[in-house]
Amino acid sequence: MAGRTGIKDTISDFLIGVGDIGSFISTIFYNFLKHGINIQELSKQCYRIGNKTLPLISITGFILGLVLTLQSGPTLAKFGAESMLPGMVSLSIIREIGPVIVALIVAGKVGSGIGAELASMRVTEQLDAMEVSGTNPISFVVTTRVIGVSIMLPLLVLYADAFSILGSYISASAAYNISLEAFMHKAFDVIHYADLIPTIIKTFFFGFAIGLIGAYKGYYAKRGTEGVGEAANSAVVLSSISIFIIDLIAVQVSHIIS
Amino acid sequence: MDQPSINNIVLEVSGLKKSFGDFHILSGANLELREKENIVILGHSGTGKSVLFKCIVRLIEPDAGDINVLGENILALKDEKLTELRIKIGYVFQGGALYDSMSVRDNLEFPLKHTKGPGRSQAELNELVEEALSNVGLIKSIDKMPSELSGGMMKRIGLARTLIQKPNILLYDEPTTGLDPVTSGEISELILKVQEDYNTSSLIISHDIKCIEITANQVRVLKEGKFEAGGTLDEMKHHEDPFVNSFFK
Repeated sequence: MAGRTGIKDTISDFLIGVGDIGSFISTIFYNFLKHGINIQELSKQCYRIGNKTLPLISITGFILGLVLTLQSGPTLAKFGAESMLPGMVSLSIIREIGPVIVALIVAGKVGSGIGAELASMRVTEQLDAMEVSGTNPISFVVTTRVIGVSIMLPLLVLYADAFSILGSYISASAAYNISLEAFMHKAFDVIHYADLIPTIIKTFFFGFAIGLIGAYKGYYAKRGTEGVGEAANSAVVLSSISIFIIDLIAVQVSHIIS
Repeated sequence: MDQPSINNIVLEVSGLKKSFGDFHILSGANLELREKENIVILGHSGTGKSVLFKCIVRLIEPDAGDINVLGENILALKDEKLTELRIKIGYVFQGGALYDSMSVRDNLEFPLKHTKGPGRSQAELNELVEEALSNVGLIKSIDKMPSELSGGMMKRIGLARTLIQKPNILLYDEPTTGLDPVTSGEISELILKVQEDYNTSSLIISHDIKCIEITANQVRVLKEGKFEAGGTLDEMKHHEDPFVNSFFK
C-alpha cells in the first residue's frame, strides 16, 4: 500500500510540475506580448552567455573534432575510405554531436547560473523588491534570460562546429597529409542547407529549454541557501534530460519531413 | 513620539485572512493607518507580520478581507493600476534587497528607468539619486557595489531606493534587526526624518524597544493572526494583558 501511495504521489508531483511549468511558459509569453522585451537587458544577457561559455566551447569543439577524426580515421582506412573522413566528421558534428555537446555545456554553465542567480534573488527578496517598485520581474529578469539563451545557443553551436572542423583538419592533415583546400572541399561537399536548418531550429529549442528550466527552478526556489544550490542542481539535471528528449523528437520530425 | 492630530486614513486593512495549508497565519486582522502616523507592529515570530506586509502590496494574495490603500481597493486592481498604487507604497525590506549585480547608483536609478513615468534625462536621474542618497547620509557610497556595504548601509540604501519613487506610505520590515545599538538608533532617527521630509505614513515591524520609542505614534500587537491590542507606547507598557506586557520587559 505504501508503495502504491509513493507512486501516486510521484505521478501527482510530476503532473503538478508539468502544470506549473506550463503556467510559467504562458506567463512568459503573456508578458512578452504585453510588455515586449528590454533590449538593453537582453543584449547584456546575450553578452554574458557568450562570454561565459566561449572559451570552454572553443576548447571542447576543437578537441571533439580532433578526437573524432583520430578515432574514425583508422576504421575508414581499413576500407580504403579515408577520403570520406572530412565529410563524415563534419556531417556528424554539424547534425548531431556539436549541438548536443554544446547544449550540455551551456546547460551546465549557463542553466545552472540562471537557476542560482534567480534563486539567490528570490532568497534575498530582490525579485520581490523589483515587483513592488513597479518592474515586472518576469519581463525584466526571466524573459530576457530565456530569449537570450535561445538566441545565443544556435550561434554558439555554429561557432563550436567551426572549431571542431578546424580540429578535424589538423588531425587529418597530420595523419593523412591532406591539404586544407582538399579537406574543406570534401567536408562542405556533403553539407547542405537541409542539414543546417534543422540543427539551428533544434538548438533554438535546446536554448529555450535551458533558459526556461533554469529560470523556473530559480524563480520558484525555496527560501534559504539550500534552495539556491538545489535550484542550480536541478536546473542542470532537468535541462540535460530535456536536451535529449528534444533531440529525439527533432530527429523523428526531421525524418518525417525529409 | 508625539501623537499626530486626527488625519485621513491612508491604509485600511479589514478582516484579512491568510492560510498556508492548515496553518492559519492571519485570521481576521484589522488595522488603520492615518496620514503622517507611524504604527509599530509587534508580535512573535510566525504570527504573520511579514505576511501582512506582503498582502498589502499583493506579493501574497490574501484568502479573505479587504485592503484599502489611499482610497482604492488594492485587491481589485490589475496590471498598470496595481503597479501605480504599489509605487505609492514603499517597501523597505529587512536586508535592503539591493540588486547585487548593480552599483548603488544603478540600484537607485533602476525603479526610475524601468517603470512608466516621465522620461528623465541622465542629469535629472543623477540629481534624484544624489538627493535620495544625501537624505540617508550615504552620498559617498554612490559608486560602491552592495557587497562593499555593511548591513546598516544596505538598509539605508534600500530606504533611499524606496524614497526615490516618493511613496506616500512606507512599510519597514524589521529596519533595525541585526544592527548594533548605535546604527540602530541612527536608522530609527532616519525613519523619523524621512517621515518629516517626505510626509509619509509608516508601518514598522520591530522588536527593538529603542526603535519603537523613537518612531512609534501607535503600537499594535499581533497575536494568533489578529491584532490583540493597540495604543500608545505608554499604554502598551502598562497593558493588563501579560502577553502584551511581555514585549516591553
